[in-house]
Amino acid sequence: MSTPFYVSPQQAMADRAEYARKGIARGRSLVVLQYADGIVFVGENPSRALHKFSEIYDRIGFAAAGKYNEYENLRIGGVRYADLRGYTYDRDDVTARGLANVYAQTLGTIFSSAAEKPYEVELVVAEVGTAPEGDQIYRLPHDGSIVDEHGSVAVGGNAEQISSFLDQRHRDGMTLAEALKLAVQALSREPGGGEREIPAERLEVAVLDRTRPQQRKFKRIVGRQLTRLLDAEAASATPTDAPSDTEETDTTDSTDTGTGTGTDTGTASGSTEE
Amino acid sequence: MDFLSDQSPEMLPGNRSLPPLQGAIEAPHGTTIVAASFPGGVVLAGDRRATMGNMIAQRDIEKVFPADEYSAVGIAGTAGLAVEMVKLFQLELEHFEKVEGAQLSLEGKANRLSTMIRSNLAMAMQGLAVVPLFAGYDVDREKGRIFSYDVTGGRSEENGYAATGSGSIFARGSMKKLYREDLTEEQALTLVVQALYDAADDDSATGGPDVARRIYPIVTVITDEGFRRLGDQESADIARSILERRLEQPDGPRAALL
Repeated sequence: MSTPFYVSPQQAMADRAEYARKGIARGRSLVVLQYADGIVFVGENPSRALHKFSEIYDRIGFAAAGKYNEYENLRIGGVRYADLRGYTYDRDDVTARGLANVYAQTLGTIFSSAAEKPYEVELVVAEVGTAPEGDQIYRLPHDGSIVDEHGSVAVGGNAEQISSFLDQRHRDGMTLAEALKLAVQALSREPGGGEREIPAERLEVAVLDRTRPQQRKFKRIVGRQLTRLLDAEAASATPTDAPSDTEETDTTDSTDTGTGTGTDTGTASGSTEE
Repeated sequence: MDFLSDQSPEMLPGNRSLPPLQGAIEAPHGTTIVAASFPGGVVLAGDRRATMGNMIAQRDIEKVFPADEYSAVGIAGTAGLAVEMVKLFQLELEHFEKVEGAQLSLEGKANRLSTMIRSNLAMAMQGLAVVPLFAGYDVDREKGRIFSYDVTGGRSEENGYAATGSGSIFARGSMKKLYREDLTEEQALTLVVQALYDAADDDSATGGPDVARRIYPIVTVITDEGFRRLGDQESADIARSILERRLEQPDGPRAALL
């Protein structure tokens, strides 16, 4: 009988963290930004059906980078947690903080359990408040820690570089078009320092819009509405004192009603994206 | 739903142990719900009365709820159970939509409600029946549709108009004479309020418009733009205009004899 090699706990954890980080880094980055009327999620996603962002509850949205089958699992778990909470108590009793804690527990347990491989995912849970001060954004790395973020956050492959880019340029009270422009600029930065173009059809954009009259504040921005927003940002190239283009949030309420946009029943054949 | 039945089955209405039967159980009952379709959508309305035996339990109960963006459900029967059933139904539709990323078909929603009513059969046998009326806008077929149910969960699609609850006989009779297939949205709204007035006229458990307390029927309309509940003022205006006419003609509009 052979004696197994001794591996120190520090080394074992470092190896697991390294493994998870590498898995996450293979995927494209995504960013979550606060703007005047809520929180916007922007990411590069070639698929129309396999979403990186989704609705958890009335005011809570979810974003994930990494392995699709793993974060899809967590997403469905989150929806179940939120719906059960809301049904048992009240819709107001479902909070992003509670959800983030559950995710942290789950990720932490999986990360430190020797029997399982660590999840190669990094999550963002965001909740939009009635005023910008009430907005909450939590980032959950693969090891189950929670980071309370303000203003902007980036996760995924090139996250560090994108974060520092965003930190320098993001400010409170941006319009949606400005925030979107900044997000796209940040995402198009290459690790080497170059830039590349991301066409509108490869962008996945969603918002938690506090001005939405419905109880459920999550909304995907697709098609014409997205191109209009991107054009609006091109027109006001210097986002110093941009005109208020908040009207677009009103005009689109009639078109977005089916939150799933119809045909995209995301039956994913779980695979690593990109 | 599956998750709920695994985790805490006692939360589901069908899994509750039944109380020992000691005569009739006194619980508030909701009464009349009416629905009518028109080209482009469907309207669903309900009176505001809940009764407990011969007593009026509540004057301003709300019995019509949005199920999701494109459908609504009106409830007749034991109010407490019915409200909970609607809550669970709403939850299930929303849960499905979020997990699957697409809405259930209208047919699917109607079937689901059917199963929920059947699971309440044992309670119904003890006098605690719930009989809803389900109406929605079918996005695929681009028209409003109405589904009615019986106490065993039997589902039937209604053509044009439908009613449920104690005053339903009178409401249906009223709509039978007034309904036409080419109603406008406004006419359909008037039609359902007329039908509720007629139901209240002949059924003691159905409440008519209460002018003194400003309690008017709940009227909702579902079109391709989604669910909309008429504001208090809108609903009051319809009810008042009907009331005005009835002061001259207490039995309401007359249909042609031949």
